[in-house]
Amino acid sequence: MNEYEKFMVKKNEIMLKSVGIDFDKYETGKLAFDYEGLMRDVGYCLQDVKAIQQEVGVGNTPLLELKNITTLARKSSKTGTAARICVKDESCNPSGSFKDRRASISVYDAMKRGYKGVAAATSGNYGAAVASQANIRGLKCIIANECYDSRKVGQPEILEKGRKCESYGAEVIRLTVGPELFYAFLKVLDDTEFYNASLYSSFGVAGVETLGYEISEQCREKFGKDPVAVVITHAGGGNVTGTARGLFKADAASTSIIGASVDLSGLHMASDIAFNKKSFTTGHTGFGIPFVTNPDRSDVPRSAARPLRYLDRYVTITQGEVFWMTEILAQLEGMERGPAGNTSLAAAFAIAQEYGDDDIIVVQETEYTGAGKHLIPQLNFAKENGIGVFVGDPQDQIPGKNIVIPSHPSIVSVKDVDLAGLRNSYINNALKKVHDNKLNEIDVKFLSEETKMDKQEVLKVLVQRDIQVG
Amino acid sequence: MINKGTWVEIEEVVLTPENRAQTIPEETKITPLKAWIRGNCLENCERGDAVEVITNVGRIAKGIVVEVEPGYYHTYGKYVKEISHVGKQAREMIGQ
Repeated sequence: MNEYEKFMVKKNEIMLKSVGIDFDKYETGKLAFDYEGLMRDVGYCLQDVKAIQQEVGVGNTPLLELKNITTLARKSSKTGTAARICVKDESCNPSGSFKDRRASISVYDAMKRGYKGVAAATSGNYGAAVASQANIRGLKCIIANECYDSRKVGQPEILEKGRKCESYGAEVIRLTVGPELFYAFLKVLDDTEFYNASLYSSFGVAGVETLGYEISEQCREKFGKDPVAVVITHAGGGNVTGTARGLFKADAASTSIIGASVDLSGLHMASDIAFNKKSFTTGHTGFGIPFVTNPDRSDVPRSAARPLRYLDRYVTITQGEVFWMTEILAQLEGMERGPAGNTSLAAAFAIAQEYGDDDIIVVQETEYTGAGKHLIPQLNFAKENGIGVFVGDPQDQIPGKNIVIPSHPSIVSVKDVDLAGLRNSYINNALKKVHDNKLNEIDVKFLSEETKMDKQEVLKVLVQRDIQVG
Repeated sequence: MINKGTWVEIEEVVLTPENRAQTIPEETKITPLKAWIRGNCLENCERGDAVEVITNVGRIAKGIVVEVEPGYYHTYGKYVKEISHVGKQAREMIGQ
């Protein structure tokens, strides 16, 4: 075993100390664990979460109807109709993104349990959210950030996020590319005994539930009904999971849960070369697909983000279309927001055209913008790294080679990801843990809940894989 | 000379290539995993010296000094002509 492997053996022990969750007690089968039990043990109900967030200025963000973008969608639509598009302006949260919801509960919990500081491994908005919440609650903060390639060149967006964390007084550990970010992070946890404000803990996901709940409340108040669909930018799965759970808690059972990711297929996330060939650092398929098919690949033994349980549909959109939408949002609605948050808005623009004029479609986040987190520096950075940028048909995009800005709104479209295929991959990944080809009834029930497949379907798949149940 | 107490950036090799995870792509595996940490140096030093720093949270970290008073240089940059049609075209389409 090398140094990395030796240290990673200690992973569970460090995690137990740093999140205070004994994950072993939820294990109920070979594959199964008590997910709802894990979520229940957060110990804060939706009303408590709301109160904790209200105390720190998180949540209750405005739901804005994008009337000009809706008009543009109708003009672009083949049928002439499109749903009314609304957006939750999550950039109104203290650190400028919905991630404040996620950080608020973890940081509150850390404070209540007497930790001196919090730490998180993230290159996204989450770092700034944890740092901001830590300041409000009087805790110290360390953020481990996958930041540079081996030449010490970093994406403007990641550099900006690191700056923001430091502006809140956090310590930022900037690392080169690689999944061993978690190694560096675990070492820090081990040294400092800080709280692990994991993106994937039950606290983080519980914090997002208010977002789904507010969407239903605000739509009912404004339009007298729930939205026909909510479009959610999907990366690690917490955004989809928390929002969907919040909608369920509001009894918005008829609302479709649609995940959207930027298509970065073919770019390996741990590649030193591919690292700076992508213009999106989050909300893309490099996270989206692996976290759907293997949610427990996170920094906690059991992730509370389990998107496949909730997704009704999953679509991809190209980088050029997201940049296009970022420009449209500024030009037509007077809202300058960061590109990464506009992934779901770009998707919603196309999806809205499948619905009637009376339907409501909600895009559930925006994020702050600024130098680095803006389409101009990101397009300039792409050009500097040899990526072709041109106006044309987004269907011609090749991730890592070019970015195509749509020549006309009518060609903005989404591609459906085959959910059945993802369910299949999920089961294949799960079965890697089974060495004797035998599962219990409880595991079958678990697989059915995890994949949104009925039990008979799951049993059929298991028979095909020579797995006995009993 | 860099005076004791100056805000500096240090570089540390976290994992040498042979100690990296086995599952990563080859082009990454041949490089060390490096980290850069910022803090106030605990003694007088020069660029290239190994030095201890105290970070924003009071943690002590050790590495080679690579930058003095590191700043932020990301910006917006040049005009991007490929997005110039987007707003005008959309406004015309909705009759503005």
